[in-house]
Amino acid sequence: MATAAIEIENLTKDYPFGFLHLKKKTSLEGLTMRVEEGEVFGFLGPNGAGKSTTIKLLVGLIFPTAGTARILGKSISDISMHQDIGYLPEQPYFYDYLTAAELLDYFARFHDLPAQERKARVDGMLKKVGLETARKIQLRKYSKGMLQRAGLAQAILHDPKVVILDEPMSGLDPVGRREVRDIILELKQAGKTILFSTHILSDAEMLCDRVGVIVGGKLRGVGAPDEIVGIRANAMEILFECTASATGLDGLLSKAKQLGKRYQLQVPEADLYATLQKLGGAGATILSVTQVKATLEEYFMHLVAADRAQAPAVEVSGK
Amino acid sequence: MKRVGVVALNTFREAVRDRVLYNLVFFALVMIAASILVGQVSIGIHEMVIVTLGLSAISVIGLLIAVFIGVGLVSKEMEKRTLYALLAKPVRRWEFLLGKFGGLLLTLTVNTMAMAAGLFLVLRLGRLSSDPLEGPVLVAVYFILLKLAMVVALALLFSCYTTPLLSILCTAGLYVAGLFVGQMRNYHSDTISPALQAFFRWISYVLPNFENFDVMAAAAHARPIPAVLIMQNTAYAALYCAIILTAAAAIFTKRNLK
Amino acid sequence: MSFLTSRVVLYSVLLLGFAGVWELQQAIDIQSAAMHQEQDDLVLRSGPLLKAMSLEYAPLVADLYWTRAVQYYGNKQAREDTKIELLWPLLDVTTTLDPNLLIAYRFGSVFLSEPPPRGAGRPDQGISLLQRGIRANPDYWRFYEDLGFIYYFELKDYRKAADAFLEGSTKPGAMIWMKTFAARIHEEGESRETAAMLWTEIYNSAGDANTKENAKIHLQLLRAEIDCEQLNKIAAEYEKRTGRIPASMRELVSAGLLRGLAADPVGFVYVFENGKAQLNPASPLYKKQPESKKAP
Repeated sequence: MATAAIEIENLTKDYPFGFLHLKKKTSLEGLTMRVEEGEVFGFLGPNGAGKSTTIKLLVGLIFPTAGTARILGKSISDISMHQDIGYLPEQPYFYDYLTAAELLDYFARFHDLPAQERKARVDGMLKKVGLETARKIQLRKYSKGMLQRAGLAQAILHDPKVVILDEPMSGLDPVGRREVRDIILELKQAGKTILFSTHILSDAEMLCDRVGVIVGGKLRGVGAPDEIVGIRANAMEILFECTASATGLDGLLSKAKQLGKRYQLQVPEADLYATLQKLGGAGATILSVTQVKATLEEYFMHLVAADRAQAPAVEVSGK
Repeated sequence: MKRVGVVALNTFREAVRDRVLYNLVFFALVMIAASILVGQVSIGIHEMVIVTLGLSAISVIGLLIAVFIGVGLVSKEMEKRTLYALLAKPVRRWEFLLGKFGGLLLTLTVNTMAMAAGLFLVLRLGRLSSDPLEGPVLVAVYFILLKLAMVVALALLFSCYTTPLLSILCTAGLYVAGLFVGQMRNYHSDTISPALQAFFRWISYVLPNFENFDVMAAAAHARPIPAVLIMQNTAYAALYCAIILTAAAAIFTKRNLK
Repeated sequence: MSFLTSRVVLYSVLLLGFAGVWELQQAIDIQSAAMHQEQDDLVLRSGPLLKAMSLEYAPLVADLYWTRAVQYYGNKQAREDTKIELLWPLLDVTTTLDPNLLIAYRFGSVFLSEPPPRGAGRPDQGISLLQRGIRANPDYWRFYEDLGFIYYFELKDYRKAADAFLEGSTKPGAMIWMKTFAARIHEEGESRETAAMLWTEIYNSAGDANTKENAKIHLQLLRAEIDCEQLNKIAAEYEKRTGRIPASMRELVSAGLLRGLAADPVGFVYVFENGKAQLNPASPLYKKQPESKKAP
């Protein structure tokens, strides 16, 4: 079995609080999972579920109460492991008195790159994330989107095998989100392993090979977005218009949902063409044909509701 | 070790860009004003007053910088979360701490040397300088630097653990306490028990002794300062800083960031 | 490294470090003391200048200088160093910064006027300080007591001493014996009883440890003086009886003239030197006599 890029075993994080620290808030409980090399793995969950906690544990910003984790075969307490990972923190903030070029150069110095190569990489990265023109401007003048891009640049500058991103799309406008998505896909093409957390489900559906859903500090489900939802797409939905005078469609029309002059009809995939022919023959105008999928969102909401039923929803971020 | 240097240089750069070094302008003005005024007022002790004033200014300004920037060295990075991306790099926490310490110390050294140069300039221009005077004054400046190193170490220690305001109070408190350590050591009184006296004596060794570095009087009177003392003080400051930084590293290495 | 071992290592490092610091500090203390012994340091002596520099913290700075003055005196005494030239400037600065720091004047008047080894031997400075004190605090009767003191003991000017006591007795709160002293001194000039009474008064009312100690020593010395006088009378009697001058206390005891070995207030037996009784050189009181009275 190939070494997983990230292996997590029974990772737990408690935060003691209260008088004499006798009580504790469990931010993460017994997390066990793997991320294989080369895959894009999405961490989903509501706010305070434990996504950021897991990522911070992996990167060494906080320390586990129990359990272990390994990245590329090395324990998370091994500092040399950091040579091969890149990390983008959530809502990143960098030294605002530095320019983007200086920031990248500063971070690059921790990676034992010869000066020539360092400069080349910095230039390359700035171009890649589209900050070339702003390279000499101090970070304090950057917009949120630009900061996010700078953050991404410092995360991948040293060409790490594993890239860990904490809410990389938060606060970005659609253009920004698209750019980040593109970069993630590029990284995947290059064979990198990517772990990112998000609560935007559509991004996860679009990008991830597999997702893990964390609710209330516990892992609820892991798998490909399709699998996890449990329902395979096997229905097709037809959107069409027809006049009242269309004949031969009564059977169909009664099964369809009417929205003004339009109808929405679901049919099994096997019957798709037959139905279309029938509709065409009856003079209906076909507006669109789409696949019906149970969405990740429904699954997600179901899990959250189940968790909330168990325990009162306390969104403590472990701060 | 190289990584320590990287962090140190960046800390220095931050100080420069935060316009910390502008204090030198203030210092220059003070020295000029003093030298003009004092020239009118006192006869025969002109150089003594300039030296005293100059050294006091160097010390006070240095202390202000050491304390106010020192207490933010770590806490500011944690507050602003600039630390997050950094710690994901292959750099150990103690290397980061040492780098911060080194960076501020570098800033202070540059600052102090510039002020010392200004002081010497004023002395030379006023034709007050003399061979016997310059040596002790230079040593006095060096001692101020040693003292500042210890203050930075203390500020850094508190910065790892608590808020800037508390850090300032604790560091300033320890500094003031450190000035009276000598008295604490020799405190004889019939009003307190021998146990308490022994306790005071013990604590007078644990607290940082800043009196050791006070040679302003000797410098003002151009009396030479023995080389032995220079070595002893250097060793003292180095050892004390090492202790404090070790403690700081121990605390910070286990600290869970927010 | 396990958690426990790392803790142990950490604490050992810290402990060793502090041990090193301790050692170093002691070495530095020795070095500093040697350095400071050569010359005393008081860089700024100008009271008015310091007052200007202290802004509204003048009384606080005065306290610092007062503490320093006391420490300076204490250190000198501990080292048995009789040169205390800095006492006057320190007190001068203190009282300029805070003219109402009464204890500084009182302390100064005693230790500036006393002859070495316990004072600076400058009664003129003592008087000058007291006069400043009186100007700033005209109703404080104790300054007159101190003034009278200096005139009586150090300057032997009984007229001025009596005048001072008299003036002081008119101030609010003055004790009744001020008038008594004025009268006695006026009549008798110097007398041991008066001296004993004055020192007792100082001892009872002293505001700081040094002054109290000083008064005690004076009283002990007076006691010793009286004792020696008595012993000399007995020695004369012995000579009359035996034709010899006594060489030690024992002889007087054997001759039945003394019931036991006479000792000074701190327990050291008196000795005879050329037939005259005096303090035992081994006694701590011996060193504290005014230089003029010590045997050559």
